[in-house]
Amino acid sequence: MALLDVKDLEVVFTRRGRRDVRAVDGVSFSVDPGQTVGLVGESGCGKSVTSLAVMGLLPKRGVQRGGSVYFDGANLFDLSDDRMRDMRGRDIAMVFQDPMTSLNPVVPVGVQVTEVLERHRGMRGAAARSEAAHLLERVGIPEPERRLGDYPHQLSGGMRQRALIAMSLACQPRLLIADEPTTALDVTIQAQILELLKELVTDSGTALVMITHDLGVVAGLCDVVNVMYSGRVVESATRGELFGTPRHPYTGGLLRSVPRLDQPRGVALNPIPGSPSDTLPWAEACAFAPRCGNVESRCRESSPALADDPLRPAHELRCFNPLAPAVLDEVGS
Amino acid sequence: MTDRTLQPEAPPVGDTDGGSDTPLLQVRGLTVHFPIKKGILLERQVGAVRAVDGVDLDVARGTTYGLVGESGCGKSTLGRAVLRLVEPTAGDVTFDGTDVRALQGETLRRMRRRMQMIFQDPMASLDPRQSVESILTEPLKAHRIEAGPGGHTARVRELLDLVGLPANASGRYPHEFSGGQRQRVGIARAIALNPDLIVADEPVSALDVSIQAQVVNLLEELQDRLGLTYLVIAHDLALVRHISDTIGVMYLGRLAEQSPSDDLYAHPLHPYTIALMSAVPIPGPAVEDARERILLTGDLPSPADPPAGCRFHTRCPFRQATRCHDEQPELREVRPGHRVACHWAEDILAGRLTAHASAHDPTATRVEAPAP
Repeated sequence: MALLDVKDLEVVFTRRGRRDVRAVDGVSFSVDPGQTVGLVGESGCGKSVTSLAVMGLLPKRGVQRGGSVYFDGANLFDLSDDRMRDMRGRDIAMVFQDPMTSLNPVVPVGVQVTEVLERHRGMRGAAARSEAAHLLERVGIPEPERRLGDYPHQLSGGMRQRALIAMSLACQPRLLIADEPTTALDVTIQAQILELLKELVTDSGTALVMITHDLGVVAGLCDVVNVMYSGRVVESATRGELFGTPRHPYTGGLLRSVPRLDQPRGVALNPIPGSPSDTLPWAEACAFAPRCGNVESRCRESSPALADDPLRPAHELRCFNPLAPAVLDEVGS
Repeated sequence: MTDRTLQPEAPPVGDTDGGSDTPLLQVRGLTVHFPIKKGILLERQVGAVRAVDGVDLDVARGTTYGLVGESGCGKSTLGRAVLRLVEPTAGDVTFDGTDVRALQGETLRRMRRRMQMIFQDPMASLDPRQSVESILTEPLKAHRIEAGPGGHTARVRELLDLVGLPANASGRYPHEFSGGQRQRVGIARAIALNPDLIVADEPVSALDVSIQAQVVNLLEELQDRLGLTYLVIAHDLALVRHISDTIGVMYLGRLAEQSPSDDLYAHPLHPYTIALMSAVPIPGPAVEDARERILLTGDLPSPADPPAGCRFHTRCPFRQATRCHDEQPELREVRPGHRVACHWAEDILAGRLTAHASAHDPTATRVEAPAP
């Protein structure tokens, strides 16, 4: 059984006097222990809201949740706040994008790491402190003992992100949700952090949900990739399948619009026209239709369902008129 | 509107005055130090952040020079110093034969008409209370460009058309646009005065992936059409390689390597460039799995106290026992047009030296290089 099973998750933000915003509109995916699942999409596609819903971190007011999130067999939406607080940090942990805003600037890093240990593992005093130092060392922070006394601003961006990962690892969570964990970092530091996350998954069997907009990061890290557009998953496949044979015009468009280091120079970029805000409501059409190169009349009149790809095994697709298989060949493979 | 193709027309503007073999922009020994001061009443300088520390570069007319490096390497400061948005501490900036550092007051202001800038975040660099028309006519008014019979309306319409925005955009305000469209407004503002040189500081990194390509293509179309010369500052190597003719790689305020774009990617010589390129994720799982990743250890040293010798030696996977820690390497030509600041570039090129630690050695990420 999957460790995390998200079924038909819906999140609607309601504001008095304004139109409701359907941020997440029926998203389903599951994650097994030791597996890395990617949620990919552009800003506003609902990937971060999905992660906040799983963590139970959405505000109570002005939010309507639907569907279910099963973690180890229990529906997280049925748990009391207290039970959820026990679970958060211990069984499910999260790494956020910007380490400067998710660390408390006026509290030393060491205190912030030991706080987790005290709350969830009941450790106290010197034991907690030495465990905290051990955690910092594990994520590759040099001189961990000294760093415990440092404030977040005294650490570099990469070290802050490491400290945050150390906090999330403090209780050896079974599920780690990483929301754009490397977006604020330089590429060489990004490579270090991604390597660290990979090690974690292979060494301790942690399940990892990786939320990112960077297709390159996904290609190197994720076993299964879900591509999201405007609150719904539009394509889902293993990474080799997805990158080798993208079938949804949005996925294909994304892959064609980014320059690649291993491609010959001078290949023109093919941007997706329009912007992510040009959407149609999923309820009555395909949201991507206004920007799609393969659009047909039925795309504007009825809503496609996420279904198994008739041409490719283990490949799910939400499209009436998908790209022919192997439009994009894996370059260099 | 967005996939409009611009037809090449009249000869490029910037190329009309002869001597097109002399670079439009020449930078020699450019240095920008920010003083670190101590004391309240009697401030004394106790040190300096050496943001840019002796950089030479040439940008030929109608070409694109891409400057890459990680945050804190001084690439943005360099771009700003070229336009004198920060004052250089030393060195020369020659723009089309004019010594930019000698200009003052009105002459500098007039020169700025020919050197414009595109900023990273259009939301922050456009005044939210100004309409697009007002944003685009402001430079025209500031430089007393003669208006046509209908005022500047015709020029505004022409600019909007150039950047692929509808004519009715002129009455709208920045918040009414999407990120990509806002960046188009920023670009229209930069080309309003028919500049020769545009410094673009991370022009697409604030935009969504599917939008970045639109803006990159627009920049390329405008270059072809208007004969613009670009100095593009960015951290995304794949992007920089796509748009640049020449690339300079910066590390801690100095150029580590400078080369024609194709040669840099075919034969990276500096260990930093090699590591940087190996760290860029590629959206292809087969390529990703097969790659040898060179992980750098530690973080960028402080530019207030850069390491002696080669600035990269504290993190360098190819570091040797001699020369690296006590002798500063100069930028020298190793392949045609390809210059590198490394003592051991020939040995690295020939494969006689290999990196100390690879991605398969998990301890590689854990070991901090010893301080100098």
